[in-house]
Amino acid sequence: MSSYTENELAKDLENQEYKFGFTTDIGSDTIPKGLNEDVIRLISSKKEEPQWMLDYRLTAYRAWLTMTEPEWAHVHYTKPNFQEMAYYSAPNQTKKYESWDDVDPEMKETMAKLGISLEEQKHLTGVAVDFVMDSVSVATSFKSKLAELGIIFCSFSEAVQDHPELVRANMGTVVPHTDNFYAALNSAVFTDGSFCYIPKGVRCPMELSTYFRINQAETGQFERTLVIADEGSYVSYLEGCTAPQRDENQLHAAVVELIAKDNSEIKYSTVQNWYPGDKNGKGGIFNFVTKRGICDTNAKISWTQVETGSAVTWKYPSCILKGDNSIGEFYSVAVTNNYQQADTGTKMIHLGKGTKSTIISKGISAGKSQNSYRGLVQIHKNAHNARNFSQCDSLLMTDECGAHTFPYIECKNSSAKIEHEATTSKIGEDQIFYCLQRGISEEKAISLIVNGYCKEVLNQLPMEFAVEAQKLLTISLEGSVG
Amino acid sequence: MLEGLTPTSILLDEKELSLAKNTLATNQLPTTRMEAWKYTRVAKLGKTNYRSSEETIESLDAYRIAADATTFVFVNGHFSEELSSDEMPEGVSISPLSSCMEGEINSSNLVLEDEIFTALNTAFLTDGVLIDIEAKAIIEKPIQIIHLLKGEAALSNFKTIINAGDFSKAGIIQGFFAEDANKAFANVTSEISVGKNAFLTIDKIQYEAENTSHISTEQVSQEKDSTFTINTITLNGGLVRNNLNIEVIGENCETNLNGTYLLKGKQHVDNHTVVDHTVPNCNSNELYKGVIDDQATAVFNGKVFVRRDAQKINAFQSNGNVLMSDNATVNSKPELEIYADDVKCSHGSTTGQLDEEAVFYLRARGLSEKSARKLMVSAFIGGALDKIENKDVLKYTYKLLKERFAWDFESDFNS
Repeated sequence: MSSYTENELAKDLENQEYKFGFTTDIGSDTIPKGLNEDVIRLISSKKEEPQWMLDYRLTAYRAWLTMTEPEWAHVHYTKPNFQEMAYYSAPNQTKKYESWDDVDPEMKETMAKLGISLEEQKHLTGVAVDFVMDSVSVATSFKSKLAELGIIFCSFSEAVQDHPELVRANMGTVVPHTDNFYAALNSAVFTDGSFCYIPKGVRCPMELSTYFRINQAETGQFERTLVIADEGSYVSYLEGCTAPQRDENQLHAAVVELIAKDNSEIKYSTVQNWYPGDKNGKGGIFNFVTKRGICDTNAKISWTQVETGSAVTWKYPSCILKGDNSIGEFYSVAVTNNYQQADTGTKMIHLGKGTKSTIISKGISAGKSQNSYRGLVQIHKNAHNARNFSQCDSLLMTDECGAHTFPYIECKNSSAKIEHEATTSKIGEDQIFYCLQRGISEEKAISLIVNGYCKEVLNQLPMEFAVEAQKLLTISLEGSVG
Repeated sequence: MLEGLTPTSILLDEKELSLAKNTLATNQLPTTRMEAWKYTRVAKLGKTNYRSSEETIESLDAYRIAADATTFVFVNGHFSEELSSDEMPEGVSISPLSSCMEGEINSSNLVLEDEIFTALNTAFLTDGVLIDIEAKAIIEKPIQIIHLLKGEAALSNFKTIINAGDFSKAGIIQGFFAEDANKAFANVTSEISVGKNAFLTIDKIQYEAENTSHISTEQVSQEKDSTFTINTITLNGGLVRNNLNIEVIGENCETNLNGTYLLKGKQHVDNHTVVDHTVPNCNSNELYKGVIDDQATAVFNGKVFVRRDAQKINAFQSNGNVLMSDNATVNSKPELEIYADDVKCSHGSTTGQLDEEAVFYLRARGLSEKSARKLMVSAFIGGALDKIENKDVLKYTYKLLKERFAWDFESDFNS
């Protein structure tokens, strides 16, 4: 019988180092540190943006100046110094690659380490990848294939150049520039991101995927993603993150906006593995993200996230269920280890009749980490027959970590049905005993239990991503998974 | 709101008093931007010119919850000697704070720092009651504290101090009522300490008027092997806020918090509970059930802390709400903050309406729609009312339910 005990598991978790900690050495074009209107003008001019875009950035910046950094989340960290950061960093090759062979071999290697060899994916998996190395998108595959269907999938800056009418009409409609401190900052200084438009009635034939990496030291990365699914369309969008090892805290303040028109469906999956800091809690990424989607009649938005990285995570992918019979879903696994802190959850705003939402959140805390679920379910007056089901479970692996639940339930309609349940516990000794008794080693038993615990969420991930997610879970909780 | 009030004449601790005055001078009324008051607006309290007034009532008959009890009566916070019992049961001393000597009021564990209502209560304390239960005393007869609001814009700052000695057992009933009161305000604090191995049960009935306000803060501390139970029944009152803070400082404790609220009209009832487990091997059970009709609003904010090293804690929290009208609102916030791993904690919150299929089932069996709904409501809140052990309290609750909602539940429960 294996002598692997929970204490050993805890030790293993603690010693688990970040596996994707490497830096790609590419000359970068970085502007001086600091933030003011000139910096914003500089970013805008470097990206050759139209005047309306610059105006939008400046309005956001002026709004940001009047805001104060929020402090209500259940996390503690040293606030970033916004004047000590550089706001633009781009690999310094400006020409676009004609063919994949022209791409800098070092960059290819980075991708190989991430396990996303583009050629392979092109031929084998059918995933179109918009690869973002820091801020400028350097390679986009499958574009022509998607273009045949009228699908636009490109970097945000390209979209600003090529499809200004779509960007201008939709950007900021879900997350306005005044939404919150970090959304305002992002609106002012965002450098790039992804843009996706699915035309009416089109079912996107492949999973669209973006890999993000923060590569330049001391560069806050401000991504902006806008996904528009026109009437009756369907898209599954994957976002995955890994970042190189850094000692200084880096800020990642992204904004993701999803617009699901009548009868459309957007499935947005995230695997997040930013650098979480070392086992003494030094370094790591601050991940302060605003993600929100809006659903028209009969539309559906489904958020799935596997969060294993970042020193501090602060994000609430939300759904505004505006149209009648629209559906919002949120599936999340959040793993925190060592000194990581996560305050994550969702908001489901029910405005339309017959709207439904499901929230499944699974938290796993190990080491000395703090893992909080914070969610809002709001049923407005006219949301007749709205339905919500929430389940937020927490698993505690050591006696030094914390698991917290802060659900907000606000109901203004008598025909609504809301259920919320949450449990917090450790892996039961009886559960382990049961497995041991049937000849399963303790290590396997823990793996089995954790796997089963997360299954509901992992099942929601697209096939291509499920593998990556399991890899990350293995890295974060090696010894307990697989 | 403070003009026309006279500072307290109760012999409180000087330090506490000056802290309260300081808090009053430096703090404003809470706004909905503050997390703890997110769902409850209290601005209107600041717009009313309250006064402290001595009133008398004719008869206590309507407000006597238990017939056979040691009763103390306060009107607008002032002690009413003629309506109170003269006989004191053995093993307990009960006295109005106004009759206490200097140094006799031996408490305060209330946090005053930024709590303006507890500060107001201290600085302008009208009167209160001190209940000292001797060690090993078993008090068979319940102790009944009846508090009445009467008159125009009356303000009562009232304080209850309960010290339950080691190995003692007692039941305390608190009744809050209003008679011909208009825009009156009861600002109540309680400091309760439960000694080792002690059993203490509090049944609290709130039945004031639709335009009265009631803010109460209970600070409870439990020593080892003790059992503390509180049943909060809120049936009438314009604005009601109950802050119930329980700190479990000894091992092997049991804590039970039950609440029932039935609201109609424009009532606003806010139950804020905190159970703080600082030591291992304790159980806490929390069950709050409410029925909300018309334009009423119910707020539930339950918080369970399990501190580091407080292992082997079982903490359960449940909140159920039935909305009877489209204009009714429920805001529920059941929270868990857990810093220990060997615990079993759960919470649940449900909001919905009566199951139409069940109503149909009952009607198919010959019940009128009205009685079918009544039966279902009674079954729903029964879960919380069943926890009340004192039959007199239960009976009185049924009487109030019949009076206010014309629902005769008693027959359902007894059959």
